[in-house]
Amino acid sequence: MTATADATPAASARQDGGYSSPLPTPRPHLGHALASEWTKLTSVRSTVWTLGSLVALVVGIGVFAVLQTGSADYKSIPFVAPALFGMMVGQLAVMVLGVLTVSSEYGTGLIRTTLTAAPDRLRVLTAKYLVFGAVAFGVTLGSVAFVGISAALLRNGPEAGYHGAGEWVGALGGCLYVTLLGVLALAVGALVRHSAGGIAIMLGLVTMPPVLGAILTGWPVSREIGLTVVRYNAPMGLIQLFGLPNSGMDGSPTPSDLAQLGLLVLVTALAVTASYVVVRRRDV
Amino acid sequence: MIEAVGLTKRFGAKTAVDGLSFQVKPGHVTGFLGPNGSGKSTTMRMILGLDRPTAGQVTINGLPFRELPNAQRHVGALLDAKAVHGGRRARAHLLSIAQLSGIPEKRVDEVLGVVGLQDAARQRTKGFSLGMGQRLGIATALLGDPQVLLFDEPVNGLDPEGILWVRNLMRQLAAEGRTVFVSSHLMSEMALTADHLIVIGRGRLLSDMSTQDFITHNSAGFARVRVAGNGPDGRVILGTALTKAGGRVLQEPDGALRVTGLELPRISDLAHETGVRLWELSPHRASLEEAYMRMTQSSVEYTSTDDPRAELWEPEPLTVPDWEEEVQAPVVPAETAASFFAPPPPGSAARPFLMPGSPADLAPAAQNSPEEPR
Ligand SMILES: Nc1ncnc2c1ncn2[C@@H]1O[C@H](COP(=O)(O)OP(=O)(O)O)[C@@H](O)[C@H]1O
Ligand SMILES: [Mg+2]
Repeated sequence: MTATADATPAASARQDGGYSSPLPTPRPHLGHALASEWTKLTSVRSTVWTLGSLVALVVGIGVFAVLQTGSADYKSIPFVAPALFGMMVGQLAVMVLGVLTVSSEYGTGLIRTTLTAAPDRLRVLTAKYLVFGAVAFGVTLGSVAFVGISAALLRNGPEAGYHGAGEWVGALGGCLYVTLLGVLALAVGALVRHSAGGIAIMLGLVTMPPVLGAILTGWPVSREIGLTVVRYNAPMGLIQLFGLPNSGMDGSPTPSDLAQLGLLVLVTALAVTASYVVVRRRDV
Repeated sequence: MIEAVGLTKRFGAKTAVDGLSFQVKPGHVTGFLGPNGSGKSTTMRMILGLDRPTAGQVTINGLPFRELPNAQRHVGALLDAKAVHGGRRARAHLLSIAQLSGIPEKRVDEVLGVVGLQDAARQRTKGFSLGMGQRLGIATALLGDPQVLLFDEPVNGLDPEGILWVRNLMRQLAAEGRTVFVSSHLMSEMALTADHLIVIGRGRLLSDMSTQDFITHNSAGFARVRVAGNGPDGRVILGTALTKAGGRVLQEPDGALRVTGLELPRISDLAHETGVRLWELSPHRASLEEAYMRMTQSSVEYTSTDDPRAELWEPEPLTVPDWEEEVQAPVVPAETAASFFAPPPPGSAARPFLMPGSPADLAPAAQNSPEEPR
């Protein structure tokens, strides 16, 4: 019993004289769950495929674009702009990985094994959010930085004009934006517990609003709503954060970067909260 | 020690587990037996805090599972061998589960060795055979070197060698003083593995006793009597005489008679007195499997009379012969049984080889039998 001395007395005292094990019995904490999630994330191929395609898209298309452009092209756009093209598609990979991180556990039934080993579900879910979020942010930031720095090094002739720190901050915001979309996808995956369903919802969430907004602007009654939707949606937010002119229809003022990010933070926070409430209560 | 009190789980209108109360004690293999759909897996999920009981509660060493300070170090479970990510290698799978509770990495290699999967450690689990999957599931359950172990149908789909291995492992784990709770829908398997049996049907407790008691209470003895030439005349004459003498007679499909409640010499005497020649007079025991099926039959789900496979549930369709009805209505109230018959076979009370109308019918039978002469 010496090894298990640091366990709660209530549990160890009632061993009924049965078996006692020589293994240490630490109280499990978030750090343990983080290590476990890291192992899980790095030991499946879907991680390699999704993040690999993100890097390939952003860096591949980005570097190609940098090579095709001259310094003069960067007069009115930031150096990170070439990264945006790949990111428009690459963000889908982040979302797919976000959904899969949790839905694959439900799909295979692994979640029961996980929650049997760690019944404190919120610890497990938090670890998923943290590990996935950190990895998604790191990979996104790394690929964007690679493209941006390539452009800044190769195309910094006098024709490129002035480039301030602001555009790098914007790119950082853009990477955060994509990461948040991934975190939102993870929350959706935890809520619907179904890979295809979760991915479909996320695709709809990202691709539908621009179309829907355009349709709504077509009718006089819904014109105002339509314009708002056209200005505030995921692709627009990303374009804007990456420092490209967000051509609001009929020249209406574009929302601030912070407003775009803030909106996604709010939506993601709601979904994450819902996932905590539901996962804690629901039968698995 | 697992303790369930009034455990109930409803899924909508369907009651999967219905007021179950039982205890699973350390140092024994406790079998959890019931037909498919009787609520075994649901009960196990409730024990593990995965499903929330509709009513009642279940504790492990006095605490609800989700309140155990380090659950994995106290309880290990194999619910479903396929519950792994097929794309993950076996060792990575085990490592990720071990890390959840800070279990040292060397323990992963240890359990791989215990279940004999060292050579498959680097293999993706997608390519695992059923038996390897079960071994991996058992390895996962053993990671925390827990005091309480739950296995849901661990031998399903295993070959005889694998079954033997699992059986020995269970016994060994129990011998080390652990609480081992194993579910199965196969009586034959549990009779060999478990020291104690908890039988459920349609979510209700049907029986909770040691395997030895279960066998003595439920495998009734009978005599098989075959009349010379297998002719119906001799059969009727002898059958009537046996019934009058207090025996219970059922007819087997091939015409042989199954007699309970009379000793072999007495049957022989009666045959001699009625002038019926015999070709066979042999002692038998009904198999445990039969007893289990009779016990749970009334609680088997989806039983329908026009099911083409219905006869599969009735291993030997026994019939009540004609003369039986003249002498005595086949269904006798349990409380009058003793006065009508000489010692009825233990455990089957007044209605040997007939289905109990409801699980409740079995309860008095189980209680009466110990006092009854055998
Ligand atoms: N999540 C669920 N939703 C609805 N019904 C369920 C669910 N889980 C089990 N059941 C039902 O409860 C009953 C008991 O199932 P189960 O516990 O799996 O039985 P067993 O493991 O003994 O075969 C079955 O009728 C099954 O259909
Ligand atoms: Mg089951």
